[in-house]
Amino acid sequence: MAKTLFDKVWDRHVVIPETPEHPATLYIGLHLIHEVTSPQAFSVLKERGLSVRRPDRTLATIDHSTPTLISPDGSRPYVTPQAERQVETLLTNAKTHGIETHGWDSPHRGIVHVMSPELGATQPGMTIVCGDSHTSTHGAFGAIAFGIGTTQVGHVLANQSILMRKPKTMAIEINGTLGHGVTPKDIILAIIAKIGIGGGTGYALEYRGNVFEDMSMDGRMTVCNMSIEAGARCGMIAPDQTTFDYLKGRKYTPKDFNAACKDWLSLQTDKGAKFDKTVIMAAEDIRPMVTYGTHPGMAIAIDSLIPPADTAADKSALDYMQVTSGTAMSGTKINRVFIGSCTNSRMEDLRAAANILRGQSIAQSVTAIVVAGSETIKAEAEAEGLHEVFLKAGAQWREPGCSMCLGMNGDIGAPGELIISTSNRNFAGRQGPGVRTVLASPETAAASAITGIITDPRSVMAPPIPCKPNLGSPA
Amino acid sequence: MSFKPITQITSKTLVLPASNIDTDQIMPARFLTMTTKTGLGKHLFHDWRYNDDGTETDHELNSLAAKDCQILIGGHNFGCGSSREHAPWALTDYGFRVVMSSEIADIFRGNSLKNGLLPIVIDKAAHQWLLDHPSEEVTVDLESCEVRLPKNGGTYKFEIDAFSRHCLMQGIDEMGYLQGQSDALDTFEARYERN
Ligand code: SF4
Repeated sequence: MAKTLFDKVWDRHVVIPETPEHPATLYIGLHLIHEVTSPQAFSVLKERGLSVRRPDRTLATIDHSTPTLISPDGSRPYVTPQAERQVETLLTNAKTHGIETHGWDSPHRGIVHVMSPELGATQPGMTIVCGDSHTSTHGAFGAIAFGIGTTQVGHVLANQSILMRKPKTMAIEINGTLGHGVTPKDIILAIIAKIGIGGGTGYALEYRGNVFEDMSMDGRMTVCNMSIEAGARCGMIAPDQTTFDYLKGRKYTPKDFNAACKDWLSLQTDKGAKFDKTVIMAAEDIRPMVTYGTHPGMAIAIDSLIPPADTAADKSALDYMQVTSGTAMSGTKINRVFIGSCTNSRMEDLRAAANILRGQSIAQSVTAIVVAGSETIKAEAEAEGLHEVFLKAGAQWREPGCSMCLGMNGDIGAPGELIISTSNRNFAGRQGPGVRTVLASPETAAASAITGIITDPRSVMAPPIPCKPNLGSPA
Repeated sequence: MSFKPITQITSKTLVLPASNIDTDQIMPARFLTMTTKTGLGKHLFHDWRYNDDGTETDHELNSLAAKDCQILIGGHNFGCGSSREHAPWALTDYGFRVVMSSEIADIFRGNSLKNGLLPIVIDKAAHQWLLDHPSEEVTVDLESCEVRLPKNGGTYKFEIDAFSRHCLMQGIDEMGYLQGQSDALDTFEARYERN
């Protein structure tokens, strides 16, 4: 029977198949842990006298509560003693159980979903879990990757498996030519705006079509990262040469790399395989996007107007955001800019922002911070001189981590402020109590930083190189 | 780490009618640095319940009557957002045992089931009735998978998978269940490593 990518990877990991009475037991190839969602799981292990079954399939980092500023004396001031305790708890637990950890001393430390692909630990055909909903990022490599709760973190630590029912599958197909200034972030925001924040609930998504085939790994990660914002547990893209080129030579990639690639290629969805649902969109219809409300589905093209608020929830979202139906988001005054998070903190994102900020100054009224996703990216960006572009423009260049994406480490805005952010969630209060968040691409964030108002990036970007005229006869 | 079994619960409801109540509202991110589960109920819906100076607002979650409610009625798409389990921990620590809505986000629902909180996706008509009739005494019967509304509100069936129902009714958790499968796991793992 013709199978989808999801089916193939799923089938490889079924320990005990599901029945009407019980869910499947699914084996986990890679378990990523960080300080926030693991402490209670380790305490359960301790309470029950259990050990970690496969420390060698577990990888730890610190990212959420970590400070992004270093004091002049070299210390790293935590937002609260509790945050520091949380990080220390992770480091102690990982050490006790023999888990490879990328703490302060590691040149690889970073946001968990940025670091693992960089190490080549994330591989096609794997099952990957982490106590973090944006684990869907790793689906960019053709892995089944999804977030789990702390109780399940405990299950995976102790049993390297979890109980789960197989989700349905949904294909999201986008073909065509993307317009100028349209980035992977805009594509995923457009998808979520179309299917809604509950549209993917109960489904595993597969992104298909030439738009994703032509996309870099950085871009694919941005797209898969936000699958969860459409309600889907995971989103995947079939592994191909782009995937293999990215993985080649990284620390954890298989020794017999060519054999592995051959196997990974076989994971593609078979011709004739059936999805439970298919959504088709045209690349030409997608424009740079911004959010205007308090969830990622409340997104519009930057050159269009805020739609009418039909429900009480929509009305209160607009009130919270202090915006009005029928007006444009572009032109709205901003206070802060955040370029970072596991959605948009990789090299491609930083380069895109730097290209816009090069030789420019950030508006006086704006505080902009740029936070690389990992120590690896920070070093690479500095080698390219990107940090100098940011600093010269007047932005801050901080230490890698989740930072202002959820503000757990104290990187937050002041009440009422508007932040244009490359992260993935614009929930009320996520970036600080009363803070208003507008999600956008690094390009849009950078363009807005210069003007101090929400700005269409196409207005500041170099014009596209014109395509060769089509000399063929009209189709 | 098992919990009190749920068979039948009769309690007044507490209604939070807003749609899309996300996990950042239920448990703001700045409280995620806690390394234990207990005491989280105090921070449940923190930004709704407390003023900047730490004093309580007049939100009904702060009322004495709310403390006795075991059934929470949420607006459409309750629990969307992050996978933080602090949300169901806080809800149960506060005293809720059942959450009902016309739609409940996937991960939140899964997390609830693992932590002794029964999430019920209820028929739209029943949901509307519940939103329109706050503080009524409602019965949730896990044995018959029924929600019984008073005042001729009617009786509605709900769905829950057999496994979760079994676990909730027995008060057992999945860890024990998985531990019991270690032979199958050994066999699988040996084959998996070879490939
Ligand atoms: S960057 Fe944001 S979304 Fe990503 S892991 Fe960190 S907190 Fe979560």
